[in-house]
Amino acid sequence: MSGVRVLVGTRKGAFVLSSDGRREEWDISGPHFAGWEIYHLKGSPADQNRVYASQSGGWFGQLIQRSDDGGTTWTPVGNSFTYDGIPGTHQWFDGTQHPWEFPRVWHLEPSPSDPNTVYAGVEDAALFRSTDGGQNWVELSGLRQHSSGAAWQPGAGGMCLHTILLDPGNSQRIVVAISAAGAFRSDDAGTTWRPINRGLRSEGIPDQDAEVGHCVHNLAMHPSRPEVLFMQKHWDVMRSDNGGELWHEISGNLPSDFGFPIAVHAHEPETVYVVPIKSDSQHFPPDGRLRVYRSRSGGNEWEALTNGLPQRDCYVNVLRDAMAVDTLDSCGIYFGTTGGQVYASPDGGDTWTAIVRDLPAVLSVEVQTLP
Amino acid sequence: MIRVELPAHLRTLARVGREVTLEIEGPVTQRSVLDALEGQYPVLRGTIRDQATQRRRPFVRFFACEQDVSHELPDAPLPEAVAIGAEPLLIIGAMAGGA
Repeated sequence: MSGVRVLVGTRKGAFVLSSDGRREEWDISGPHFAGWEIYHLKGSPADQNRVYASQSGGWFGQLIQRSDDGGTTWTPVGNSFTYDGIPGTHQWFDGTQHPWEFPRVWHLEPSPSDPNTVYAGVEDAALFRSTDGGQNWVELSGLRQHSSGAAWQPGAGGMCLHTILLDPGNSQRIVVAISAAGAFRSDDAGTTWRPINRGLRSEGIPDQDAEVGHCVHNLAMHPSRPEVLFMQKHWDVMRSDNGGELWHEISGNLPSDFGFPIAVHAHEPETVYVVPIKSDSQHFPPDGRLRVYRSRSGGNEWEALTNGLPQRDCYVNVLRDAMAVDTLDSCGIYFGTTGGQVYASPDGGDTWTAIVRDLPAVLSVEVQTLP
Repeated sequence: MIRVELPAHLRTLARVGREVTLEIEGPVTQRSVLDALEGQYPVLRGTIRDQATQRRRPFVRFFACEQDVSHELPDAPLPEAVAIGAEPLLIIGAMAGGA
């Protein structure tokens, strides 16, 4: 029988939550890498047993772990992330130039077709690729060396490359997002890049529709329609129908258009999910009510999904990489909170149940659908 | 024979006990000890000092003979008691609060 494996990264370790296709009973394993920050884990679409994990901490830096048995056992692989050439500087909070430094990997994106190829989005913002299962990492430096690079500056969470979208039908196309620089696209497999931020407006920057400088929080794409991109920005939920050439706002009737993650239903490319958060200074749900919002029209018209979610006194956050979908016939939606809950909906968001309630703060949630 | 005591997280990574022993030819310094340690346990590369700059990570400390030798130069000799194996070099995760 088919099943799912939910990969959860937390502030103090990783957890693997497993269930059959009914998604009612869950087996929870972990903590793996107890005591370490696990910013992200993700499984290879080409090999369900191959999982990559980003393990880091304030004391001992960054490691990359690889599992070849679906997250049961792990082996440390390469952790040398060296910027290409002389790294130079970027803009710092105080306006001075600051050397590029590598503290951690935020996001790991395995190739859709090759289990040994995996991309890493890092802080300070850069994109690395390994083609040998994570042993060796090479920077795709055309991104960081874009003419705007020296003007990028960190958001409050650091200057991180946090989102990587790989077009499953076109290996030449890669879309990434950087806080607080914006979205960028390559159409030559990562050699050259250009910003794709037209249509974005951000009140927090001096030129509100500048080419770069926007605090993009997360991007989502349905694999069948890679030209359609959805974006949760610092404020505003946005959509592009041409691969990011031009964006328009689809916040519509959301109670707040601030938030972090955004996801697309596995079988309905016009069904989109966000978790509204009150504001940039109040990182919790409006009115203390944890609500996922679903649009079935590709944006603008949103409905609150509340069945099974706390509707009073709830002041958790849902971080940018902490929502994911499975691909079972009845699409499952999953998200984790900074309060340590992981919620699952086996019916596209209609009803929710907490798989687990008391983990460390959840940093990321990914799902593998098992045959 | 040089003795090195590791913090818990690094013991887990290297799959060793509290103390490891290293053979070092030539001067016994922070650099030569760390070179030998990383050579014997490659998984520790990058965890104690930055791989590119070779600088000690900020929240790692080196203690020996009840002294903090973290701020000694990388090529300065470690105390004689460490060099002859009478005392271990302690690699410590600094006391730090936070989350």
